Amino acid sequence: MTGHFRQSMAWLHTWTGLVLGWVLYFVFVTGTLGYFDTEIDRWMQPELPVATEMADARATVRVAQDYLEHHAPGHARWFISLPTDRNSPYLSVFSQQGRAHGGPGMHADRVLLDAETGRALRARDTGGGQLLYQMHWKLHYLPEIVGQWTVGVATMFMLLALITGIVVHKKIFSDFFTFRPGKGQRSWLDAHNATSVISLPFQLMITYSGLVFLMTVYMPMIVSAFYGSDDAAQRVFREDLASRPALVQPARTPASLLPLDHIIADAQERWGEGAIDALDVRHPYDAHARVIVRGSIAAGPVRAAPSLVYDGVSGELLAEQAARTSAAKTTRDLLLGLHEGMFAGPVVRWLYVLSGLLGCAMIGSGLILWMVKRRQREAKLGGSAYPGLQLVERLNIATLVGLPVGIAAYFWGNRLLPAELAERATWEANILFLAWAAMAAHAVWRPVARAWGEQLWLAGAAYALLPMLNALTTERHLARSLLTGDWVFAGFDLTMLAVGVMFASVAYALARRQRRFAARQVIDSPPPSHIVATRAEETA
Amino acid sequence: MNKLAIPSRILAAALGGYALANSGAILLAAALPGGQAEAVTWGLLASFLIYTAAVMWVFSVRSALRAWLGVLVPGFVCGALAWILMQGGTP
Repeated sequence: MTGHFRQSMAWLHTWTGLVLGWVLYFVFVTGTLGYFDTEIDRWMQPELPVATEMADARATVRVAQDYLEHHAPGHARWFISLPTDRNSPYLSVFSQQGRAHGGPGMHADRVLLDAETGRALRARDTGGGQLLYQMHWKLHYLPEIVGQWTVGVATMFMLLALITGIVVHKKIFSDFFTFRPGKGQRSWLDAHNATSVISLPFQLMITYSGLVFLMTVYMPMIVSAFYGSDDAAQRVFREDLASRPALVQPARTPASLLPLDHIIADAQERWGEGAIDALDVRHPYDAHARVIVRGSIAAGPVRAAPSLVYDGVSGELLAEQAARTSAAKTTRDLLLGLHEGMFAGPVVRWLYVLSGLLGCAMIGSGLILWMVKRRQREAKLGGSAYPGLQLVERLNIATLVGLPVGIAAYFWGNRLLPAELAERATWEANILFLAWAAMAAHAVWRPVARAWGEQLWLAGAAYALLPMLNALTTERHLARSLLTGDWVFAGFDLTMLAVGVMFASVAYALARRQRRFAARQVIDSPPPSHIVATRAEETA
Repeated sequence: MNKLAIPSRILAAALGGYALANSGAILLAAALPGGQAEAVTWGLLASFLIYTAAVMWVFSVRSALRAWLGVLVPGFVCGALAWILMQGGTP
């Protein structure tokens, strides 16, 4: 039984890993970039001033209230997000007309403000890092529900691939230290094992918690069984779980709104300074105005914030809600918090990125391993690549290298598209997918061995030249950002340079290997089919 | 092994597994004491693990028939028990 069990699990591992492996790679690459979402946002809007730490929450809130009084009087909801940390580097406000709890017909527009002067900060229209981050569960161009379900099925496959991967494994710890380079299939297996084993806890956490994020979308019947299946049921469940204090309807009689810094002062006395993340004002200038003060969801790994509900007219504290209400909710919030890593400082954030990259490497090496294994088998049998193998080879090139090229193109588009272009942010995203489509076409038309090298060189150049492009198109070049301690810009430029060098060195190593291989072929056994194919096309 | 064995198991895993994940989670939520929202949350959290285990079962047993029985029988049992619990629970 154990032999059969391990064999069937190996089969399941292979196929759950392969079938949606390219979707998973996309999710892992864009998700990993999401750990630097606000840093990428800032690089993609170089007009914005360097973010500074908030001097005084009370003064900052006065500035925001002043802006909203002038620009959003009569709106049903104001939301003020304080510039507390890298998660929200600028003071930002948005307001909604109509019903205060959102839903269809709401009008939401976020405006960044200068925390000193209250002037709206203007910058180029861009999807920024947020768009890349959102792609990792919504994909792009697709209705949200289609994107979410595609990613959900892929994530379920990933969970299966991880657990079956552990089951089929005989010696998990020796793999940690095993790497035999230059041995074809065996080396790819070692690479796949090493990247998986090193980052296994992260991969299990990120995959399972990814499902938990959208659990009510994927498993709606469990909620319906208890809350009914009408549209409001999901919301009733969420509010029941959060045990949120009920908010009152507007009285429709005007009243003055207390200066919000009074409320901040009271909240600071309760929580201490620096603990306030945002203010949510419902029905300002109504007799039933409510001000909800929210704590930070990034204070720790549990993604939950306490809140205080004040009467907006009298300033009286009406309700106080703790961040943790029940074990079930806290368990969920911990999973979501660990997934998002909002709490992470610079070191832990880089560890998150590194773990995400190991995830990309795990998926990529798995996809390559599938291909190399079958290619070697075919070469031994003297056959040529069958359609399925060819498809995987082409998809691997187009995705593993083509997607990074597309993302580099997204950054290039951000600097090169004219600032006043209509739907500029949409075009940035279009450039990503156009460049990616071009890489896919290239991967289909070029001989396999050539396509890898060419795309790798292109990726290397596209990333390594980004700091130069930035220097030519903005004032904030690398030397200046290093000298002035602008770590977001310096960090972005240096990281892109490093990514470019990495792609170029892989391209270089591949070229050297292919030359050595070709030289050996003259006196040696028949080469693998893809090399024969390349050489045949060259001589033709 | 006949040609339909693999597609049959894929269906058993995808649909049968999904049904078992739902009915198992609903049974858990119905059986747990405490608040309803908390119980439903535990059920939701458990559902993906039940699904994973069900899929592994489907592909590890020797025949497609056993695979189907292995997800459908517990699925029905969980569903029936949950139904009984929920009937008794409503005053």
